[in-house]
Amino acid sequence: MTFEKIITKHFDDPKLYTLKGYLSCGGYEGLKRARKKEPQEIIDTIRASKLRGLGGAGFPTGVKWGFLPKKPGEKRYLCVNADEGEPGTFKDRYLMSHSPHQLLEGITIACRALEIDTCYIYCRYEFRYLFDRFNQAIADAKKEGFLDNLEIHLHHGAGAYICGEETALLESIEGKKGFPRPKPPFPAIKGLFGKPTVINNVETVMFLPSILVNGPEWFLKKGVETAGGNRVLAVSGHVKNPGCYEVPLSISLKNVIFEICGGMKDDKPLKAVIPGGASAPILKADEIDVGIDFDSLAKAGTMAGSGAVMVFNEETCMVRVVHNLIHFFSDESCGQCTPCREGTTWLKKIIYGIEKGEGSESDLDLLLRITGQMSAKTICALADGAIGPVRSGVEKFRDDFIKHIREKRCSWPKWSWRGN
Amino acid sequence: MTLSFSAATQKKIDEILRHYPNKRAPLIPVLVLAQEEFGELRDDVKRLVATTLELTPSEVQEAVTFYSQLKERPVGKIHFQVCKTLSCDLAGGEEILEYLREKLGVEANVVTPDGRFSYEGVECLASCDTAPAMFCRGRYFEKLTRDQIDAIIRTGRLE
Repeated sequence: MTFEKIITKHFDDPKLYTLKGYLSCGGYEGLKRARKKEPQEIIDTIRASKLRGLGGAGFPTGVKWGFLPKKPGEKRYLCVNADEGEPGTFKDRYLMSHSPHQLLEGITIACRALEIDTCYIYCRYEFRYLFDRFNQAIADAKKEGFLDNLEIHLHHGAGAYICGEETALLESIEGKKGFPRPKPPFPAIKGLFGKPTVINNVETVMFLPSILVNGPEWFLKKGVETAGGNRVLAVSGHVKNPGCYEVPLSISLKNVIFEICGGMKDDKPLKAVIPGGASAPILKADEIDVGIDFDSLAKAGTMAGSGAVMVFNEETCMVRVVHNLIHFFSDESCGQCTPCREGTTWLKKIIYGIEKGEGSESDLDLLLRITGQMSAKTICALADGAIGPVRSGVEKFRDDFIKHIREKRCSWPKWSWRGN
Repeated sequence: MTLSFSAATQKKIDEILRHYPNKRAPLIPVLVLAQEEFGELRDDVKRLVATTLELTPSEVQEAVTFYSQLKERPVGKIHFQVCKTLSCDLAGGEEILEYLREKLGVEANVVTPDGRFSYEGVECLASCDTAPAMFCRGRYFEKLTRDQIDAIIRTGRLE
């Protein structure tokens, strides 16, 4: 399959992370174009490109930018969400470690468009080995005049998935525990330190330079009708070649697994796929002939989310898959809303019981009933994310659950560490 | 004696403070610096952070108990954080934790009697293609093997 990569185009260059290396690959060319445009022209360009937010929600970036009130001179902030923590997702880490200047260039373009002079990159603490490289990149870019008068600060958390939720992220930068804020007011009106704020994902921001260089029509033409550009997928689990792959939005999930990733590891048959991170409802093997763009996956009853594709072979116990994920959500629920805090805990307990062989058939209806009590009843989307794998797991892999209940044990092979 | 930050840490804190419009905002990065300097976040350490940033003890405490990388109890000189989320678990995450329990003879989050080691399971480290993954003293260990763990325990070093 031939297609042109956009953001990972020069990732084979081992020196891309340095300013010199980035410049030799045409770096900061997008910023030069942006400097010749009025702020509103940049916003219009991004809107026309149909770039969508790639952190998970898929909201059109240009539209999001348009929500910022037009009050010249008022303090406002850009926050870049680098708190990558959705299970299965590792594309932002890959992108940031290879090409920090591409992120800085995107930030500078966004801040020109939005007339912002301060940006925080909120990075998860575990990526601290990248901090020196990042701070060096900021210093180098600033010294060479690529950051205009912009202040870019690398801020880190200390281990909390919820801080990837945009308003929890703001609370965390303010030095508080990461409790999501009720909305409205939306961050564009009242965000960081009470000021208008835009929050964009790393990958989203990194696409900006290419749009300025090549134009929105070029970007749109590469994508599908409702979204421009490519996307970086992070594929893990039972495939021959797991990893990060930039792919066109028109590709099918099936081709991602069987062509891009070389097919199933050890040629074992496919059982299930999670197409967009832990919050995305699970697809069965016969449901993967579907496009990977936001709208195609939504039509298939799941979501493109953060682009994290997790692949499972036929030997995988789906009760354990669902248990692992609900355990994650229960651990990471911030505890602010009762339906989420209690709901994830009970789902976890009941599914653990089934996995151990202590469940009953009435548990399956109970699980679905609990998910109904959690959906759309909380401040943020964590609870709705948590019920994604539970509902789809119980409904589509009911036989796995029933087998555990009838045999009073898990009869699937243990997940083993193949290390030496 | 009243606890105080080393000159080097204080310098870092002063630098960080310049990045924000108020003194509460850098709380989490400052707590991480305090933890790096003093080990666990004991009461006197939390008081020092509160005084430094002009915060109430409860403002500091709510952050300390919320973020999983902030520790109120001691961890070993080497604290193994093994990913137990789905892609790593598929590749043996739980078995690694069992191996550490066997090898070190302590439960998760308990320090070995010599103070050298402890371990715990953590949530997704964003290293799913190189599962199983481990985070330890700021470093990633990917496609983790028994040999790697054995070597760290034998030498007490991460190399």
